[in-house]
Amino acid sequence: MDADFAIVGGGVVGLSVAWGLLKHGQSVIVIDGTERTPRASRGNFGLIWVQGKGTRQPRYAAWSQQSAALWSDFAVELEDSTGRNVALEQRGGLDLHFSEDSLAEWAAKYEALKAALGGDYPYEILDARALRLEEPAIGPRVVGALLHHQDGHANPLRLLRALSEDVQRLGGRIEAGREVSRVTQGDGLFCITCADGPEIRAEKVVLAVGLGAAMLGPQLGFKTPVNPERGQILITEKLPPLIRRPSLIARQVNEGGVQISATNERVGMDDGVTGKGLAQLAAEAVAAYPALARAKLLRSWGALRVMTPDGLPVYQESGVMPGAFLITCHSGITLAAAHARLVGDWLLGRPDAPDLEVFGEARFAI
Amino acid sequence: MKRVDLAVIGAGPAGMAAATEAAGAGLRVLLLDEQRSAGGQVFRNVDAASEVRDKVLGQDFVVGRKLTMGLAHRDITHVTGASVWSIEDRVVRFVTGDEAQEVCAEHVLLATGALERAMPVPGWTLPGVMTAGAAQIMLKEAGIATRDAVLVGSGPLLYLVAVQLLRAGYPPRALVETQTRGDMRGALIHWRAALRGWRYLQRGAAMLNELRNAGIARFVGAREVTLLGRRRVEAVHFRCGGTVHELASDTVLLHHGVVPNVQAARAVGVPHRWNNRQHAFVPEVDRWGRTPVEGIWIAGDGAGIGGAQVAEQSGRIAGWAIAQALGGITLEERNARALPLISKRAIELSIRSFLERAYPPYEAALVPEDEATVCRCEEVSAQEIRAAATSGCTGPDQLKAFTRAGMGRCQGRFCGLTVTRLMAEERGVDPDEVGYFRIRPPIKPVSLGALAALHDPNDPLEQVGGHD
Amino acid sequence: MKPDSRFELLEPDVPHVAVHFAGQSYRLPEGANLAAALLAAGVKVFGRTAQRGVGRAPFCMMGACFDCLVEVDGESRQACLMQVREGMDIRRSGQAQEGPYEAR
Repeated sequence: MDADFAIVGGGVVGLSVAWGLLKHGQSVIVIDGTERTPRASRGNFGLIWVQGKGTRQPRYAAWSQQSAALWSDFAVELEDSTGRNVALEQRGGLDLHFSEDSLAEWAAKYEALKAALGGDYPYEILDARALRLEEPAIGPRVVGALLHHQDGHANPLRLLRALSEDVQRLGGRIEAGREVSRVTQGDGLFCITCADGPEIRAEKVVLAVGLGAAMLGPQLGFKTPVNPERGQILITEKLPPLIRRPSLIARQVNEGGVQISATNERVGMDDGVTGKGLAQLAAEAVAAYPALARAKLLRSWGALRVMTPDGLPVYQESGVMPGAFLITCHSGITLAAAHARLVGDWLLGRPDAPDLEVFGEARFAI
Repeated sequence: MKRVDLAVIGAGPAGMAAATEAAGAGLRVLLLDEQRSAGGQVFRNVDAASEVRDKVLGQDFVVGRKLTMGLAHRDITHVTGASVWSIEDRVVRFVTGDEAQEVCAEHVLLATGALERAMPVPGWTLPGVMTAGAAQIMLKEAGIATRDAVLVGSGPLLYLVAVQLLRAGYPPRALVETQTRGDMRGALIHWRAALRGWRYLQRGAAMLNELRNAGIARFVGAREVTLLGRRRVEAVHFRCGGTVHELASDTVLLHHGVVPNVQAARAVGVPHRWNNRQHAFVPEVDRWGRTPVEGIWIAGDGAGIGGAQVAEQSGRIAGWAIAQALGGITLEERNARALPLISKRAIELSIRSFLERAYPPYEAALVPEDEATVCRCEEVSAQEIRAAATSGCTGPDQLKAFTRAGMGRCQGRFCGLTVTRLMAEERGVDPDEVGYFRIRPPIKPVSLGALAALHDPNDPLEQVGGHD
Repeated sequence: MKPDSRFELLEPDVPHVAVHFAGQSYRLPEGANLAAALLAAGVKVFGRTAQRGVGRAPFCMMGACFDCLVEVDGESRQACLMQVREGMDIRRSGQAQEGPYEAR
């Protein structure tokens, strides 16, 4: 046997889970894909975001809140052990609105969610004037915003690197550049076969493969459908301080560039960028923050979100192959702290493990 | 949207020749170039050059006017100051100043030329250090000469710039040459090629003679090149034979060859292969300049380094081939014009194998030492790149995510090849196996305001609703 | 007065115009390449890098390296791709980067 746990997928989700298991004293191998594997971990917007999530499933809102609350300690621990500052900032985040109607509609949803959560949902409605006091760069077309105090952002690339280094420092092995072609079970062990050679044996296996679950999931008896949803993202040259709090439209990253988010497109596995997409994102960003009109676009990229039909994460142990787990979500950054701190208990079947029942795949049963 | 038959990106020898031939065959041609006038880097601003500049720069520069003259054709629209930032499904997007434009082109010819090869020796980012090509461009473009320079590196351009500065009345202080006498001996196995290109050799010998007569110091076989200085460059340190030298200088010009500028070719998805002789990636093109990507052609140094004459020939060949593809001329006409030129080009190219051996790039700058800065924009050292390459990195894009090398304002133009070489070296594999950064638009930075102006609110992107 | 510069104009008898660079007034040859003209006028540093704050000056002169980046009339531009115009207001790039990011 090579390890207690084999984690298939070396993105932020897989590495966060691996990190947590290592802290529990488990031996772990992370099997990471190749340079051609689609990677949400390298293409995401870096938000640690609570607002707007779980309006139809309060448990998801609470799970996001739980992770957001764990983030600060998690970031400090990562920095202490790797020297890498993941540039965490949790001073609230904004959802900007261009019409009074949409602002009112979302405020009503937040209010309902707040009630469902027993009042723990610290948000405020900012009118245009209040918003501009908070965020002077906002332009006149924005009529107001929802400010949620549990929101924030971090540098997702530094997080990826810090996790990768710390997993290795804790004794985890990362097998990079591997394409897993098959996972089988026999004699109480899982055997993971890589297309280009090695076989890895482990007592338990966690699929944290994002869109790769479409291919590998069914082999282990999972039936969660995952679909790609493209997000195109822009980043400008480094600018003087302009944006204080992140919004769903733009955030200023720790290095100074302004990152602009993001399209939601169903275009299969195409992770390209399009002139049309870039122009629309630029138009939205300039409408929200007019000073950005003079900023230069430096880079753009497309990445594929990993979407379940209801947008919620999945935590599921296989019914036909116990010891095999599926973990998938489109909020790997927000949930990184929960994955690192709490999911290990769930994987090990500890009594104090979080209750993740509602995130099981029974909800997709036909 | 405006439509043209052919959009040519780059108004150097390849682009000018292609535009001229294509328009001559009846095509409507749009020629886009970043500079204020046609010529590319080799004939930069040639139409505006004064007699003084002509004398300093010589006949090889002045001949460029023959090419610029060809652009005076009613079917050629030459847009100056145009930065192309995206090419997608035949739509070419560019900005002039702050104005964004889109044109639909049946065919696109990339004639984006060469870049000087990065020379990441310690200190190469200090103010006062430029490329030798930059000094030459200042002569061509503005009639400005660099005084008291020390030139460092290898290759014919190093001598040419030295001679031109000398003629301008500002002799360089010294040449620090990284090629060895052994390289020259090794190159002589290509003597057949060298004989074919005897004109170049003769010219080279004449240049060296001119430098010698002017008493300009040459140090051949220099190693351990380091540029010293705190706020700007103050000295060139190197070892020659057993002797360590330190030449005081606040103006250093670097050059060790040029590499294809493939930013646009990569952004449109043309496959590239590593070329061991040119120490660079070269796009896949056939002898007509056609790439595997439908409608995309490449001519000139951007398709592999061949120099100005080869670029002009390739431009004509591509111009005819594109004209034939659109029915402007027949296959017979294309072949009758192009095949003799293809043979001539082969002869012209054969001299290159000799030059590549005689003046190889400076090895210690291909695989730089730890303290050298590799990524100028984000200030990433070779040591940081080595460290990331060996810690679970899948390839250049992950390395970019981990170190920020290649993320900066030059978009990887000056660090990409070094990153590939360092990763290849660390892993003991070919550069082809390592690959290169994935290049996406914008090919050149564009302001968000200009970009936003292209958005049509009545034709929004097809999107799925927001989600949890 | 001759500026302290390593760059010499071969054709000095062209009309010069006034521009502002980093708060100082310069007279540069009208229509000349901006990066070259600033170098000839004795400008040594065009901008500072974001990480270490060290000085940079034109390196490639062909629009590829971006080390000649300056702010012209409020927008960042490559000086090597611009021509001198009367009254240009030019600032070094990468100034005044104090703020919420990099503050911690």
